[in-house]
Amino acid sequence: MSIMQLNGGSVVAMVGKDCVGIATDMRLGNQALGISSEFQRVFPLTDRIYYGLPGLATDVATLRERFRYRVNMYTIKEEREIEPETFAHLVSSTLYEHRFGPYFVEPVIAGLSKTPSGGLKPFIAATDLIGCLNFAKDFVVAGTASEKLFGVAEGLWEPDLEPEDLFETISQTLMNAVDRDAYSGWGCTVHILTKDQVITRTLKARMD
Amino acid sequence: MNAIASRFSSSSSFKPQSSLGEDEEYGSEYGWGSQAGFGNLTKGLPTFTMPQVQDPSAFLRLHTDDHADPSCRIKIKHGTTTLAFRYQGGVIVCVDSRATAGSYVASGTVKKVIEINPYLLGTMAGGAADCQYWETYLGMHCRLHELRNRERISVAAASKYLSNLVYSYKGMGLSMGTMICGWDKTGPAVVYVDSDGTRLKGDLFSVGSGSTFAYGVLDQGYRWDLTDEEALELGRRSIYAAGHRDAFSGNTCNLYHVKESGWDLIGNYDLSKLHYDGPQGIEGEGYGYEIRIGRASEKVAA
Repeated sequence: MSIMQLNGGSVVAMVGKDCVGIATDMRLGNQALGISSEFQRVFPLTDRIYYGLPGLATDVATLRERFRYRVNMYTIKEEREIEPETFAHLVSSTLYEHRFGPYFVEPVIAGLSKTPSGGLKPFIAATDLIGCLNFAKDFVVAGTASEKLFGVAEGLWEPDLEPEDLFETISQTLMNAVDRDAYSGWGCTVHILTKDQVITRTLKARMD
Repeated sequence: MNAIASRFSSSSSFKPQSSLGEDEEYGSEYGWGSQAGFGNLTKGLPTFTMPQVQDPSAFLRLHTDDHADPSCRIKIKHGTTTLAFRYQGGVIVCVDSRATAGSYVASGTVKKVIEINPYLLGTMAGGAADCQYWETYLGMHCRLHELRNRERISVAAASKYLSNLVYSYKGMGLSMGTMICGWDKTGPAVVYVDSDGTRLKGDLFSVGSGSTFAYGVLDQGYRWDLTDEEALELGRRSIYAAGHRDAFSGNTCNLYHVKESGWDLIGNYDLSKLHYDGPQGIEGEGYGYEIRIGRASEKVAA
């Protein structure tokens, strides 16, 4: 059994019109045994950046602290908040520093980045467990249900979704994908980031 | 009638069949008007085409996920929770409906109770095809027993027939863990039979990856003098518990009650609906822990 599948869990992020969404399941398992249905693996970094860490639960906790430390140091030195693109590169290099003994997580980043004209542009990215960056224009997936998420997202996603439509799309994508995955599920949370608010909702999902 | 029976009753032991001349065989035995797909059984014990290699069972083991190697290409569907118990009012049989291949949930609507005849039920755990095929085959022989002896086969005899049969294939990769349940002259009966050749009579069994969770609920709620309502609820609640905790069990549960007059299908219940709304479908009356306690401990603390 792969260490990437030990605890289970999946994350998906999608781009909308002037908004981004990031959604995750809430299962923490030990192989086939479900342990918790309240496990958090998506965290806010700033008001405009959320990131998810599907993979080995112990590394989720460790990396969350490492990222918090490094982003705090960045904020102090630069005297400004980190941009999503910069954070993606920070994630990438943090993971590659452990190239020969990696953290077993595949981070997903969703945020709104500042444009030179002062507007906000949706941004999503994902990396593998040693930090290979994938900047996508539509959606990114990771975790034990990633294959299923790819399939559903490929079918449901369309360009320029308004926040409420993006919420519906990302929720349906996640719920239908995790219902086909034995190691994901047990509740879902969805975050939609818009220019003036973050909408966070817990979905009534299958609990088996 | 004896002529028909004699066509099926032969003591010939298992013979690997050569794949040469298969087409010829196809016309004569598998053709229209044959034995409902069991045409290969007309000479007594069935014969199967075998891979043309030195050791067919070793060849199969190399290419299927027999216990040890989950990474091989041919995956046989696994993962289940099934239970059956005997009580004052008959037998309760309850199973989940999920089939998984690796981590993929291949189906959520599998029928894991095989209706052998109106008085006999078999449950399915392990290889789906193995259980389906051999329990249907068992049903055929139970009918022949009825015709020959002018009385219904006992659960003990039926289960022994199956157990002897799978034992003759021991080591060849059959995978089944089944409970043969029914009502005969001796009353309600449950017998556990598996592909290792184990055959156990008992009051209460649970089989599959989620069996430990089902036993947990079953053991604390089981009594011989359960009422029908209580017994059905216990079966349903046990499968819910297994579906909830076990990643490889879930989706829906099928509930059967075996009485003196034969078996009844009580219902098919969505486990997620049981979690939120319970068997009566009342919102907030579900089996789910948070739903029942309504976060009582946190409310007290606050």
